[in-house]
Amino acid sequence: MSAAQQPTPTPAPAKSPEPAETSRWHNVFREITTGNAIISVLAVLLALLVGAVMIAFTNPNVQESAGYFFSRPGDMLSAAWDAVSGAYSALFQGSVYNFRRPSFADGIKPFTETLTYATPLIAAGLGVALGFRVGLFNIGGRGQMLIAATLGGWVAFALDLPAGIHLIAALVAGVLGGALWGGLVGLLKARTGAHEVITTIMLNYVAFYLVSFLLRDGFLKTPGSNNPKSPASKETAVFFDLLGPNYNLHFGFILVIAATVFTWWLLSRSNLGFKFRAVGENPNAAKVAGISVQRMYIYAMLFSGGLVGLAGINQVLGTTTSGFGAGIDSGIGFDAITVALLGRSKPWGVFAAGILFGAFKAGSFSMQAAEGVPIDIVLVVQSLIVLFIAAPPLVRAIFRLPAPGAPHRRPVPNVTQEVAAK
Amino acid sequence: MSTIAPVNQPTQPTGPEEGPATAVIKSWKVPIILGVFTVLGFLLMVVFGRSGTSTMVLSTSSDLIQLPDVLLPTLPTGIVISILLAGITGLSAWMVQTRRKVPLWLISVFAVLLLIGFLTWASADERIPVPGLLFGSLSLAVPLIFGALGGVISERVGVVNVAIEGQLLAGAFTSAIVASITQQPLLGLLAAMVAGVLVSFVLAAFAIKYFVDQVIVGVVLNVLVTGLTGFLFSELLAPNAATLNQPPKFERINIPLLSEIPIIGPVFFRQTLIVYIMYIAVAAVYFGIFHTKWGLRLRAVGEHPQAADTVGINVTGTRFWNVSLAGAVAGLGGAYFTLGSVGAFGKEMTAGAGFIALAAVIFGRWDPIRATLAALLFGFASNLQNVLSIIGSPVPSEFMLMLPYLVTIFAVAGLVGQSRGPAASGKPYIKS
Repeated sequence: MSAAQQPTPTPAPAKSPEPAETSRWHNVFREITTGNAIISVLAVLLALLVGAVMIAFTNPNVQESAGYFFSRPGDMLSAAWDAVSGAYSALFQGSVYNFRRPSFADGIKPFTETLTYATPLIAAGLGVALGFRVGLFNIGGRGQMLIAATLGGWVAFALDLPAGIHLIAALVAGVLGGALWGGLVGLLKARTGAHEVITTIMLNYVAFYLVSFLLRDGFLKTPGSNNPKSPASKETAVFFDLLGPNYNLHFGFILVIAATVFTWWLLSRSNLGFKFRAVGENPNAAKVAGISVQRMYIYAMLFSGGLVGLAGINQVLGTTTSGFGAGIDSGIGFDAITVALLGRSKPWGVFAAGILFGAFKAGSFSMQAAEGVPIDIVLVVQSLIVLFIAAPPLVRAIFRLPAPGAPHRRPVPNVTQEVAAK
Repeated sequence: MSTIAPVNQPTQPTGPEEGPATAVIKSWKVPIILGVFTVLGFLLMVVFGRSGTSTMVLSTSSDLIQLPDVLLPTLPTGIVISILLAGITGLSAWMVQTRRKVPLWLISVFAVLLLIGFLTWASADERIPVPGLLFGSLSLAVPLIFGALGGVISERVGVVNVAIEGQLLAGAFTSAIVASITQQPLLGLLAAMVAGVLVSFVLAAFAIKYFVDQVIVGVVLNVLVTGLTGFLFSELLAPNAATLNQPPKFERINIPLLSEIPIIGPVFFRQTLIVYIMYIAVAAVYFGIFHTKWGLRLRAVGEHPQAADTVGINVTGTRFWNVSLAGAVAGLGGAYFTLGSVGAFGKEMTAGAGFIALAAVIFGRWDPIRATLAALLFGFASNLQNVLSIIGSPVPSEFMLMLPYLVTIFAVAGLVGQSRGPAASGKPYIKS
């Protein structure tokens, strides 16, 4: 999952003798074209291209003009162009900058929406990524978010505390809730060997029904209402807006940046993180080296659940402050898996992937509203991006890029070697 | 590398039921779990016992042989069952004390007793239609079983299959369209298999050719299929529901004689064609994996690809075609949603069934029969809730819905323990 775990096991072709002289620019060009960055960009392009084909083929105007394609092919091509460019410009204007607004302050609003959508995705993605680094597959984001929202949400609407302290209390309660729900999985794995894939899936359902019950008949119920929805979070606990009341971007984004830094520090700089990675790379070797693998599983799931819990509490205190239902996780727990994969389980990678997916999410709504393209197209594009990025040889084959370490396409005459040998 | 393939820990004692009888390491896990359930059962059935009589209806009105209803006085039944449960717990504790193995059948008896006790308690002064309960369980389990079989084949050959959900969904979608257009459910079934194979092709290509981590491909494929089917559903199926999304369903076929056996007949032999195919599939996969040349090769490739390669088995090819086969089997399960139970296709209609099937694979320890039983357990637990919500159970419905998942956690933690999959599952084979 991590780059270290994925040494891109392409069978390295036998290296041909390096030519005596290669142009410097040629080397630079090769570095750019074989590096990870260009693969990522090309993967996004490819995925958008596939999405464009799907949009074009299902567009009614395109289908209509396809009926007389051979008499007037231009009609179909222009219809397809209209459909695709309309959809993608709506996607862009809904996620980055809206050119139709007069001022910059209004025009940039979509980008702040993107960051708002990215906030929980990054937090949950960090949690899943941390699990991946220890060799654990945390599919339990949904349950951890729900429990975090329950505990944090309860603190936010039921307690009366001064502003600031209230926020911190709710935040801590939420993160703890997620950590406990995740830690339970780690504990079960460490003590009994129960496979975390099973337990996280099962705990998702348990959390969902538990929260449903609490909303209907427990301490989350709004008094005097039959709606399975909790009371609204109190003003003193709600995340404050970062850019004023006109924008939805809230304090959660700052928290998520902090969480990214923390995860980076934990994994790359701390003693515990070293043990985490050791267990993730090879549990047997870690055990031999004296690391308690079982304990690392528990700690890792605590941290993983806590980070996912941050996403859950972010929903309650930042996005949906008017009270929540059992669907408060809105699929973020599962999206987080793709975010973690796209970010290659590295904290800053996850951060970037979260913003990209946040942009897709924000833009998809305006795309549906403006062009009638179903939101699901975003899922297709997202998954294709991850697939393509995970398989660099495929992208290289499509764009005919040279593989790293591969011999030059221009055959080097054998003579050079013999001359050198003389 | 993979997160699904369990960590090998040779020094770790496997569960008490694993090792040979001479080397049983004292593990109090089983007695403790049984004790917890005994106490819970006692609390529920006796301390919070309900008075009245529970009626178990054993026959449907259309049966030739009518069995009488079984009347159980609720509280006394609870007391008797509690005593039996305590007895079994004591027995298992004694067995562990004397370093004996607690047999699986004893645990099964315990589970069945607990279940009867619970049903009796929940249905005080009500009637429980036992054939209906079991029939519904089987129906809910059919896609899970197909999915689990697909998972078993794929993981046994060394490719972790997290994409079961995607294969089910693709199967459901394609079979709905093809069956609606042709009005032939059989063609729909075929199309579902093709769709499952196509999803598998992607999984196999990325996992085997490009050495991408198999869990990643699986997860991403699920998202991809969800997105594709959702997109096409909104764009094509929803506007043209009458022509594209009204598949004919399979008719129920009563098997002569067998369908008249009391209880068993109505449950197992008054089903649709897909269910009969499922029986054959379970038997075929079991026999194939453990008793044929194909199965031996498949397992060799999944356990030790280098060794298999050395004796001349084409590892890549074996993996590729068996993963495709797994997709075809899982695709059949998808067809059951549209051609067997629900009818029209709906967005994300599989609703996580693929993940439950995945859990069944691991729960069933990569064995087709055990995985089938695990899938049946999930089906039963989900249907139990449906039945109890009709008769009005005293437990809040959410807790009933939670029950199967809780039981699974307990079972996996307490009874299954460390499960070991095929050794090379999840690892790409790079020929050197």
